[in-house]
Amino acid sequence: MKQCTFIWRSRRQLTPDTWELVLMALNSQDAAAVTAPGQFVNLALPGKFLRRPISVCDWGKYHLTLLVKEAGEGTKELVRLPPETELDVLAGLGNGFDFAPETVGPAPVLVGGGIGVAPLYGLAKRMLENGQSPRAVLGFRSRADSFYLEEFAALGIPVLPASEDGSLGVKGFVTDALNTLPDCSYVLACGPTAMLKAVHALPQLTGGQFSFEARMACGFGACVGCTIETKNGLRRVCKDGPVFRKEEILW
Amino acid sequence: MVDLSVSLAGVTLKNPIIPASGTFGYGREFAEIYDLNILGSFSWKGTTRDPRPGNPQPRIAETPGGMLNAVGLQNPGMEAVLREEVPNIAKIFRGPVIANVCGFSLEEYAENCARLNDAEQVRILEVNISCPNVHAGGKNFGSDPQSAAAVTRAVRAATKKPVFMKLSPNVTDIAEIAKACEAEGADGLCLINTLLGMRIDLRTKRPLIANRTGGLSGPAVFPVAVRMVWDVYEAVGEKIPVIGCGGVSSAEDAAEMMLAGASAVEVGAASLRDPWACKKIIEDLPAVCERLGVSQISELTGGAHHGA
Ligand SMILES: Cc1cc2nc3c(=O)[nH]c(=O)nc-3n(C[C@H](O)[C@H](O)[C@H](O)COP(=O)(O)OP(=O)(O)OC[C@H]3O[C@@H](n4cnc5c(N)ncnc54)[C@H](O)[C@@H]3O)c2cc1C
Ligand SMILES: Cc1cc2nc3c(=O)[nH]c(=O)nc-3n(C[C@H](O)[C@H](O)[C@H](O)COP(=O)(O)O)c2cc1C
Ligand code: FES
Repeated sequence: MKQCTFIWRSRRQLTPDTWELVLMALNSQDAAAVTAPGQFVNLALPGKFLRRPISVCDWGKYHLTLLVKEAGEGTKELVRLPPETELDVLAGLGNGFDFAPETVGPAPVLVGGGIGVAPLYGLAKRMLENGQSPRAVLGFRSRADSFYLEEFAALGIPVLPASEDGSLGVKGFVTDALNTLPDCSYVLACGPTAMLKAVHALPQLTGGQFSFEARMACGFGACVGCTIETKNGLRRVCKDGPVFRKEEILW
Repeated sequence: MVDLSVSLAGVTLKNPIIPASGTFGYGREFAEIYDLNILGSFSWKGTTRDPRPGNPQPRIAETPGGMLNAVGLQNPGMEAVLREEVPNIAKIFRGPVIANVCGFSLEEYAENCARLNDAEQVRILEVNISCPNVHAGGKNFGSDPQSAAAVTRAVRAATKKPVFMKLSPNVTDIAEIAKACEAEGADGLCLINTLLGMRIDLRTKRPLIANRTGGLSGPAVFPVAVRMVWDVYEAVGEKIPVIGCGGVSSAEDAAEMMLAGASAVEVGAASLRDPWACKKIIEDLPAVCERLGVSQISELTGGAHHGA
């Protein structure tokens, strides 16, 4: 974990309530604290006591790309901060996905729901760099709520979208889309709890990794505010997670 | 050169800054963040006899100027702490450690304190009395002078180490509780623990925290803590030292807490937002003392009571 100061270099609206922010490190700092896709940053916001945890969507030596969905006051403010606002960021939090070929096998599927799509983009890129070729199943409420499909397509990986209202791709949930895939035994998933649970229950899965959310106070393991129960005992979502393996998860 | 050292019931701390219980675990996470040896001491997570899983999620909510927590005393239990944490603390910190101890009966408080007798690095026992008494319908030990006195008596008989009772602010008259603890032989007091609070989610129309209520801490409670430290110092300050705690996030806050009557200062929620908060406070203290015209920080203690 490192504390860094970032300013945002660009902001792009992706849907009515979802934004892409590209942050640049200031004062000869860098984004080196980020070491794995699926890690998150914890952003301090002016006037808010607790930091806001946001997944790293993508990163380079000096920049971070974040996708932010307006949820409450903090995220609404975050996407509207004036340019040049200095952001106090704790970077490199959480374990991230383990995408080693011996872990994920020959045909892993990335499964994202809504804003949970964010960390899967950086994951897909790192897997490609590593010579792996993942497929992606990305679920949204509707076509109007969808984002990053072109970015995923530009990576050159097969992308199967799903939407609840059928306006985009497979009509239904990501599980409906997953059921149309021939070989789907290992997933790397991020999204709402109900989605994670439904994916976790698919009979064709032999393994997988699931990224969790929890209300956090510190984000670095000190307060045990974010603890969940797993088959291996109590685990902190912020430090032992946010990514947990299929075998250890209890619902 | 400003002398930052302070003394708590015969235990010397190199400076008055102590990370507060529950915001610092057993030091492991913060040892990765900075060298713990800059600290005066630290107070470890409230420890019970048996391991406790804590409360269901969600346990955390934001508030104006602070936060609510309902961690529910999640801890690995005294045996695991003695076996795994105490030896590890010796590796990451050379100073005196404050052991925060909880219990659900008088017997458990006494037993937990006695089991720390051989842990040499534990120099002070901080007895958290914001715990429900299972033998009294779950009423908190800290909620009236009689039961606070009973816990003090029980732990006093079980240990030779200095005992600091950690008081709950959720009472009508905290000075009465302070006096009751002092009368039973408490070597010092620590206050305040969190204030009971609640947030309701407008989307679900239900409490945000699964446990419904949680403990409020952070800058929002600072003036409450300063007032209570003031009251307790007036009541027992001539006899025993007070550790001030609640909402401290800067060296100026720490100085204010000491002027109200604190001999040392605990910092809780501030370290959760800014992990380097204690380090920064310690670095800023000498300049604040110089501005206040003291060469020994201990001169600040109770300064606001003495007229000027
Ligand atoms: C590991 C992790 C990764 C995340 N990644 C992203 C991401 O990439 N993009 C994105 O838009 N959102 C992400 N979230 C969710 C994001 O943290 C919340 O939407 C945000 O904190 C809400 O803040 P707010 O002030 O807008 O809402 P409020 O409801 O006003 O927030 C009040 C408090 O509740 C907390 N909170 C509210 N909702 C959540 C939630 N879903 N999860 C955790 N804490 C919450 C806030 O942090 C704050 O402390 C992630 C959450 C976690 C735990
Ligand atoms: C997440 C969290 C956990 C806590 N756990 C304990 C505990 O186990 N024992 C205890 O005596 N106090 C506990 N406290 C209370 C703090 O030690 C402190 O008294 C209180 O938070 C007020 O100080 P602050 O405003 O600086 O945080 C906890 C506080 C927080 C925020
Ligand atoms: S949020 Fe503090 S331990 Fe996870």
